Amino acid sequence: MLEDKDRIFTNLYGFESWSLNAARRRGVYDGTADILPKGRDWIIEEIKKSNLRGRGGAGFPTGMKWSFMPKDNSLPHYLLINADESEPGTCKDRDILRHDPYRLLEGALIASYAVGAHAVYIYVRGEYFNEAAILQQAVDEAYSYGLLGRNAMGAGWDCDVFIHRGAGAYVCGEETALMESLEGKKGQPRNKPPFPANAGLYSCPTTVNNVETIASVPEILRRGAGWFNGFGRPKNNGTKIFCISGHVNKPCNVEETMGIPLRELIETHAGGVRGGWDNLLAVIPGGSSTPLVPAHLCDSVIMDFDGLREVQSSFGTGAVIVMDKSTDIIYAIARISAFYKHESCGQCTPCREGIAWLARTMARMVRGDASVDEIDTMIEVTKQIEGKTICAFADGAVWPIQGLVRHFRPLLVERIEAYRKTARKA
Amino acid sequence: MPKLTIDGIEVEVAQGTSILQACEQIGIEIPRFCFHDKLSVVASCRMCLVEVEKMPKPVPSCAQPCADGMVVHTNSPAVKKARKGVMELLLINHPLDCPICDQGGECDLQDQAVAYGRSCGRYRDEKRAVPEKDFGPLIKTAMTRCIHCTRCVRFLNEICGTPELGGMKRGENLEIGMYAEHALTSELSGNLIDICPVGALTNKPNAFAARSWEYQKTETVDVMDAVGSNIRVDTIGNVARRILPRLNEDVNEEWISDKTRFAVDGLRYGRLDKPWVKRDGALVPASWDEAFSVIADRLRDVPAGRVGALAGDLADCESMFALKMLLTGLGSPNLDCRQDGALYDVSSRGAYIMNSGISGIEEADAILLIGTNPRHEAALINARIRKRWLRGGCRVGVIGPEVDPGYPYTYISASPGAIPAILDGREAFASVLKDAQRPMFIVGAGALARPDGAAIHRYVRELAESFNAVREDWNGFNVLQHAAARVGGLDLGFLPQESGWGTRDILNGRLEFLWLLGADEVDLSNIGGAFVVYQGHHGDAGARRADVILPGAAYTEKMGLYVNTEGRPQLALQAAFPPGEAREDWAIVRAVSDACGATLPFDTLMQLREAMFEYAPVLECAGQVQKTLWESFGGDGRLSHDPFGLAVPNFYMTNPICRASPTMAKCSEEILPLLRREGTE
Repeated sequence: MLEDKDRIFTNLYGFESWSLNAARRRGVYDGTADILPKGRDWIIEEIKKSNLRGRGGAGFPTGMKWSFMPKDNSLPHYLLINADESEPGTCKDRDILRHDPYRLLEGALIASYAVGAHAVYIYVRGEYFNEAAILQQAVDEAYSYGLLGRNAMGAGWDCDVFIHRGAGAYVCGEETALMESLEGKKGQPRNKPPFPANAGLYSCPTTVNNVETIASVPEILRRGAGWFNGFGRPKNNGTKIFCISGHVNKPCNVEETMGIPLRELIETHAGGVRGGWDNLLAVIPGGSSTPLVPAHLCDSVIMDFDGLREVQSSFGTGAVIVMDKSTDIIYAIARISAFYKHESCGQCTPCREGIAWLARTMARMVRGDASVDEIDTMIEVTKQIEGKTICAFADGAVWPIQGLVRHFRPLLVERIEAYRKTARKA
Repeated sequence: MPKLTIDGIEVEVAQGTSILQACEQIGIEIPRFCFHDKLSVVASCRMCLVEVEKMPKPVPSCAQPCADGMVVHTNSPAVKKARKGVMELLLINHPLDCPICDQGGECDLQDQAVAYGRSCGRYRDEKRAVPEKDFGPLIKTAMTRCIHCTRCVRFLNEICGTPELGGMKRGENLEIGMYAEHALTSELSGNLIDICPVGALTNKPNAFAARSWEYQKTETVDVMDAVGSNIRVDTIGNVARRILPRLNEDVNEEWISDKTRFAVDGLRYGRLDKPWVKRDGALVPASWDEAFSVIADRLRDVPAGRVGALAGDLADCESMFALKMLLTGLGSPNLDCRQDGALYDVSSRGAYIMNSGISGIEEADAILLIGTNPRHEAALINARIRKRWLRGGCRVGVIGPEVDPGYPYTYISASPGAIPAILDGREAFASVLKDAQRPMFIVGAGALARPDGAAIHRYVRELAESFNAVREDWNGFNVLQHAAARVGGLDLGFLPQESGWGTRDILNGRLEFLWLLGADEVDLSNIGGAFVVYQGHHGDAGARRADVILPGAAYTEKMGLYVNTEGRPQLALQAAFPPGEAREDWAIVRAVSDACGATLPFDTLMQLREAMFEYAPVLECAGQVQKTLWESFGGDGRLSHDPFGLAVPNFYMTNPICRASPTMAKCSEEILPLLRREGTE
């Protein structure tokens, strides 16, 4: 269990004020002006050493991402902070935005320096109205105290932060769709290559990072990479905010070390599964797009990137959705499919057509109004979609179905047969 | 130069080549829907997926640049499976109504479904239906068939610069359309029909006329403007039903204007199909012999100096040359091919053609448009200018009407008064032209037809020379003609001969015998009692005033040579026969010459051409532009301060064919008011 002294997000629950004074008392902006003079390369090297991996879901090593930014400054560089947190089950960035915005702004300053960006855009999910308002106040105050803007903190780096509110599309959290949206276009993902580090926002070198990633950076640099990578297993280091929701006694956000066993996470922080551990049916471990993990695997699964890959799932954003035995798991997954059908941008064929197909089939599966071989058809369709699209949205949309069929196929068959019987009677 | 292996074949390609293009170079066909050579790459249809070794996922070959050492498989089981999968997904919401779809037979989806489709569908839920859209009188929509490749959106955004279409809604509900529905205003909108890979956008005026394989196809050239677009005329029986573009990168690339495409139905209406002779004040049908004898009688009575001829905008070179020979043979010096009455100096070829060439626009780095609205005078040249502007590093300046050409420009002034200011550097745009390596000056034929046209002509020449736009490797002096016959007529010297009269004098009532070769856009109100012979294919203004009507052939009905505005002679081929008793125009002139005893020295078109090429050797190599010498030319006079007008006030109504076309009438009714609203008028 993570000790309090090792927590990065010390005001995760908003017990203290988000104001600048309170943030300073918590250690935000402590020695920031000394970090920047150590140089771009030192910062990137330190982040690389810390093994910090992106907290937005894909888990790309942050230091490596920063090192891709070209060193020559003939084009403006941009830092985008992705606060379009829309993955069902995930609500960690929200607490950072509303309870600890200065931690994010401090990280933004350091990261902007590390990637050579004088302009930072924070793309806030449209529904996060109050959060965006708080963040805007924080930005304004940071400017007035010289923590942002020209020669921020006297460290010789100009850093302007702009807040942009999205309009409520899940896909705009995809980094290239986010850039399109920011440019004023329809939020549709772009093809890669070119990668954002070469041609991103306005075709200029751009780094896109998650809120939690950026907010973790100052503390890592203050305490040293060794402190951060002392937590967790190799390549899965550090601390992470987990969002535990669903059928637990005390749903919560909690910062924990990477690699904490799932059972320990749920029982220590969320008050355990409703009706006891034995009442557990399955867990969606990393936000709605990750394949579910059935109860029997939950006993031993480790909550980090590699641990969840071992059970054919994914760490995602660390948003644990717990489902007890009262859950109609088919309906739950059908609901997720309906969500993805609604949120697909419609740009590329497999996602536009395929996910709607799957969602319709899933809706029938809930009733059992299907044939057994449609289960195989459904899986084949998921394979036709997976890895064939421009962005990873479609992958995330088909994984829940694959997970369901992988672990609950007998239930699907049972439902279909039951429906047939009643249909025959009628 | 990356070297890669595709299906075991080693190939070296230029930097930046996509895998799809590399495959095409070695003859491997990659299926695609959203990719189009001339449009930006979106890689959204996912049909062109290929397998690249060491890459975890199949990659879209249209968007993936070739890299050194790549090993690509385009036919592996994984690729086949991916294509089959995408095809199945494309078809689940496609209505599969091929039997009632006009695209059937020339449909990319149909063709590729044959290659990659499953034998039956597995989708058993409801299909999506999409409400129809109204895109105006030219394009018929069946949006349920749309596969969302967004080619149409990109075409309008990128090629036309009229971003009217977009994708609305998202996911499965994605629809191509516009928020406030109205007719598409682009002059190139008909090309959407060609680029749409399915039957979502089809030809409205020609709906349900025929299947693609039923057409007789003839490759020829267009005469609706002076671009000389390369076209294919599709006929059923003897009726030209539709016109499609042919690829010619130097002229029209693979686009044609809406007038070129849709005025074809004008060939079916208002045709002159038999000779007419005026008797007792009324035209009555006559035989060819009667018509000839009336003409011969008349010619005998009129002194040669009182005989004259005007050639219209659609005349082919052969008929103009024959008519010229007839008149000069009769001793008449009164000829003119410039219906607009332009009087600028045309003694040198370089003075009246587009010297840079149409493809030369792409090399220019500053363009000054003088008294022209290329969007309506030569829509495809305008598209080239936009293409050049889009690539960056080329500024466009405008002296003339303030219109919306589809790209931003620096507006200098409405009247030619600004030209001297540019010459002496007082006008800011002069510095743009000065810094340019290849400046281009494009003056509209409409501007040169003004009373001060000769002065404008001289000033533009001075501009070109003072900004070093005329040199060995570059000639930036350009006249933008808008009549298909004009350059040919000037090349053939269809001009007032020694002490002869030009258009203005011909029309002021001094003539006693006037031969109109398809000349309809002239003011005949002052010609008094002159005897008028109208030779042409439509009962338009000229025919109404005629004393004898000789029914000729339209451009799809004869072999003929046309010279476009860059001086490129191109052969038109015969796609259909002239209606009724109408005949090819050169033959009519030849027959008249016989009747009036001044027999012309040729019996066949080939003999005529031989004589013509001897007179004008520049016309000999069809399809090629001959290098033009820069000789001295120029007129005198002063510039007036009158603002430039629009040479083509109504794009859809410029010649007898489009005036007879119901489709063009609908366009001027529906689209023109929209353009006016946008301020293009």
